[in-house]
Amino acid sequence: MTDIGAAEGRDFYRLLVLRRQAILAALTVLLVLSFCADLALGPARYGLGQVVGALLSPGSVDDQLRVILWDIRMPVALTAVIVGASLSIAGLQMQTILNNPLASPFTLGISAGAGFGAALALAFGVALFPFAVDYVIPINAFLMAMLTSLAIYGLSLRRGVSSETIVLLGIALVFIFNALMSLIQFFASQQAVAAVVFWTMGSLTKATWPKVWISVAILAAAAPLLARRGWSLTSMRLGDAKAESMGVNLRTLRLEVLVIVSLLASVSVSFVGTIGFIGLVGPHVARMLLGEDQRFLLPGAALSGALILSLGSILSKIIIPGTVIPIGIVTSIVGIPFFLYLILSRRSQSW
Amino acid sequence: MVTLRLEGVGASYGGREVLSGISTPVLEGGQVVALLGPNAAGKSTLFRRIFGLLRGPGEVRIEGATVPRPVAYMPQDNGARPVLTVYEAVLLARMQGRRLKVDPEDHAEVERVMGLLSIGHLRARNVGDLSGGQRQMVGAAQALVQNPQILLMDEPTSALDLSRQIGLLTLLRRLAREQGLLIVVAIHDLGHALRFADACLVIEGGRLAASGPTSEVITPEMLRRVFDVDARVEECSRGRLQLIVD
Repeated sequence: MTDIGAAEGRDFYRLLVLRRQAILAALTVLLVLSFCADLALGPARYGLGQVVGALLSPGSVDDQLRVILWDIRMPVALTAVIVGASLSIAGLQMQTILNNPLASPFTLGISAGAGFGAALALAFGVALFPFAVDYVIPINAFLMAMLTSLAIYGLSLRRGVSSETIVLLGIALVFIFNALMSLIQFFASQQAVAAVVFWTMGSLTKATWPKVWISVAILAAAAPLLARRGWSLTSMRLGDAKAESMGVNLRTLRLEVLVIVSLLASVSVSFVGTIGFIGLVGPHVARMLLGEDQRFLLPGAALSGALILSLGSILSKIIIPGTVIPIGIVTSIVGIPFFLYLILSRRSQSW
Repeated sequence: MVTLRLEGVGASYGGREVLSGISTPVLEGGQVVALLGPNAAGKSTLFRRIFGLLRGPGEVRIEGATVPRPVAYMPQDNGARPVLTVYEAVLLARMQGRRLKVDPEDHAEVERVMGLLSIGHLRARNVGDLSGGQRQMVGAAQALVQNPQILLMDEPTSALDLSRQIGLLTLLRRLAREQGLLIVVAIHDLGHALRFADACLVIEGGRLAASGPTSEVITPEMLRRVFDVDARVEECSRGRLQLIVD
């Protein structure tokens, strides 16, 4: 057997890597621009120059601008970026470990679980963890989301349970939680119903600095842990048998990753409500742009998720001036046609 | 020289015994060993047991290995369609358990193996877009690029055309001779086994039905007993053994 051209392999690979680095750089630039635009827009509009000035030297601008940017808009804009990245990473790794393109915090019932937990607090004042009065709603949402993740994990440990079964269970959980939410709304006061409905629409306006720091901390802890597993996670997309044959311990890896992404998804959802779209679409967009290699796909998914949610945050402010439409609605209405376009316009396979 | 020996090896799936009491002579590096047996005889299970993916009674003894991970295993193709180029898929097999950074010697190794298997021209294609036979060649590359001393291959030729079947088996035989590899290959074509294998293991119903040098194992009696086929094994005009089914 002879072959010509094998020696050009590394040149081919170098180009591949360069292209991916360029795409990551472009996504980063877009994200920075979007973030600044997000800060500039609102009831009082500022120029990008003013925003950049206030960001780089907060002391040099007037108090009003500083307060609006740093205390009011910054937590919201940062939350969009961090939650977008977190949900997208969570969705990516759920798709990876379950080897299923439909997996995401939303389709596995984690968001619905969080919604149910929040509804318990909003409608009846039930606190699942009755010690932090200020954070009853997010803590309820977080606990139910983690419980849902654990249920999914418990099932995945059973012998003979395929990843398809797990996704089906997730969808069943979505229906169960939705029914329970309806039940709560049926019995709750009108005011409480409005609060529950608003919560489930997903909104960045609940953002505060402490929540930002918590989300940042979780993301900063999770991302390196997942990045370390880059080769193993990539090989899972070759199928279980192949990954095992390369020496990947599937059981340990699945457990580790599921715990990490559950935490990421639960914290995000409990702070901003249900934003179903990001965890599904962020990773798919990144995969189309960057391929399957997790050394590029992981940061790519984080960037694309952050970018989508940041753009969503901008749109939610400018569609109807003076009104901030809940972000979950915006990302779905604007994002899903875009996503369909991406999927249907591609000639080669994207999953 | 690396050696592999099974002593009373068994395995079970969910309480059902799939393999039991498999003991082999010492299989030495430098040989191609054919693993034969009817469908569902337990060939894949035996590979998984040897590779350490299954536990069970008995001992898998590997001696004389000079690298930390001496065994590579090429499973049957499972039809996964990842968005990975062929080059990346082979590199991925090489990089498993290593640092995230790819070194020049990793590239050199990937290039060398892809060259050996004549799949260098496929490097930019997506694995998911390949034909079954091409995917099988990529699978072989993924196993070889791990630089094993013992190579377990589960039906590596099942989707290849005749010329590539012969090409791959010739290559495996050469690698065994030149580099002292022990290559155990599950194969359905007994003609190929006669032509390329130094020794054979025959499994039937989870038990070892025969083992030893190829010419002593592939006999009309074994073919009738294990495969339920009436056949002769005769020398052709060039003195090679061949199988003639009656």
